[in-house]
Amino acid sequence: MTSALEALEHLDRRWIFLVMGLLVLGPLLFPLKLPLTVSKEVRGFRDAVEKVPNGSTVLMSCDYDPSAIPEMVPMTRTAMRQLFSKDCKIVVTVLWNAGPGLVDSITRETAREFPGKKYGTDWINLGYKAGNEAVMVVMGQGIANAFPRDYSGLDTRSFPIMRNVRDYSSFPLLVNISAGYPGTKEWVQQVQSRFHLPMVAGVTAVSAPEFYPYLQSGQLKGLLGGMAGAAEYEKSRGESGSATKGMDAQSLGHVFVALCIILGNLVRRSKQRETA
Amino acid sequence: MSPHVSTDFGVWIAAALTLFVFSFLYKDNPLYKFAEHLFVGVSGGYYIILNFWTVIYPNLIVPLGRAFRGTGVNADRAGMFATEIGDYRGYLIITAILGLLLFTRLMGKIGWLSRWPLAVIIGVYAGIKTTGFAQGDFVAQVQASLQPILLPTIGGTLSAIVFTIGLIASLLFFFFSREHKGALGVASKVGVYFLMVGFGAGYGYTVMSRISLLIGRFQFLLENWLGLR
Repeated sequence: MTSALEALEHLDRRWIFLVMGLLVLGPLLFPLKLPLTVSKEVRGFRDAVEKVPNGSTVLMSCDYDPSAIPEMVPMTRTAMRQLFSKDCKIVVTVLWNAGPGLVDSITRETAREFPGKKYGTDWINLGYKAGNEAVMVVMGQGIANAFPRDYSGLDTRSFPIMRNVRDYSSFPLLVNISAGYPGTKEWVQQVQSRFHLPMVAGVTAVSAPEFYPYLQSGQLKGLLGGMAGAAEYEKSRGESGSATKGMDAQSLGHVFVALCIILGNLVRRSKQRETA
Repeated sequence: MSPHVSTDFGVWIAAALTLFVFSFLYKDNPLYKFAEHLFVGVSGGYYIILNFWTVIYPNLIVPLGRAFRGTGVNADRAGMFATEIGDYRGYLIITAILGLLLFTRLMGKIGWLSRWPLAVIIGVYAGIKTTGFAQGDFVAQVQASLQPILLPTIGGTLSAIVFTIGLIASLLFFFFSREHKGALGVASKVGVYFLMVGFGAGYGYTVMSRISLLIGRFQFLLENWLGLR
């Protein structure tokens, strides 16, 4: 036992990288289909979107850029699918300047799954606007004031979807998918609390613990935390997207990290005993 | 599962660069260095151009051009200074000057001029942040913390008790005006345990985020590059 622990102490960390790589790669090639349970916060997200009256216009702010694709894109797609399936119209904004192109392609791809959905009538991409929280505040005075032109540079007011959109009071729900600043925290602080607009959020796993207090206080109706949140959301909607496909690898990776922590502590304890 | 290797040149470049970066896990090497330097250079250039075309051009150059023609965003209001929210017209000259003043920081003696635009930026953001924090975090969170301990279900009651103990103990841990001894010592120690649970959850989520990035890259290599779907 002691010699095994000594060997672990001097283990080349590249072995850890290799095992982690294989544990992630294996299930992607040969899925294990491990069980996945839908949590309360994910059900809250799905139910809040489901409660939106059919045909209403929803504000969706996708605040991320390509670096967050694995976590953000699956939840964006599923949320858009749920909204489109309810015949809701989507007003998309982006507060990260490297994001609009990515978000535009996701929205177009998702809209194509629903025949008859037209740009400008059923959805619009208002693109990026610099100013972070200041943009959120200006949007409260008028969405078209903050975004006079859409992502393609066309007059926002000229689109049919914008005829019924004045300010935040025009939306029954704000769906925010965010990878950091500006994102969910700022939307809660500047919009949810000030304009009392019901809100759900999908966030990166690394930032998720920060938002649980908002969930507990009811400021967020639902929360998707990282790839697991996205996978649970897919499951709750009966979909099987890239997040669901990645969850076996995610689970094995976590088990391995937990094992490394336990072994690391055992090695440290045995060393402490030796020195004592 | 049969492979259909991509014929897209861009996908091959992305796949090669991904593998170059992964090669660092074995040891530092010229391929990794190449990918690293390429990334720093390309992203530097990309963000400069991106900021020009998504920030300066649509928010300053285009509106100023329209303002000088007297039209602005809202064509129904004529005149260079016929402003409204979202249509600031000729007044954007002030922000343009303030923006340029930021660069005086690079000019030695007149560097102090950069403090004026910085004062505006800090003032505006301090105002926005303070009101946002007060409404969104402080008041709402204090309200949400004042919840009944006795609830109709045993689970709910237990949860509320744990929440209340955790809240009070964690707050007491940050009370530094008295030495953490006696009752305060016990409470702050309980607070530390609650904080450690919080940090553990945070660590778990961080691991998930990092593994997600790795999964994303592997999915790209397997699906987009090798066509294994």
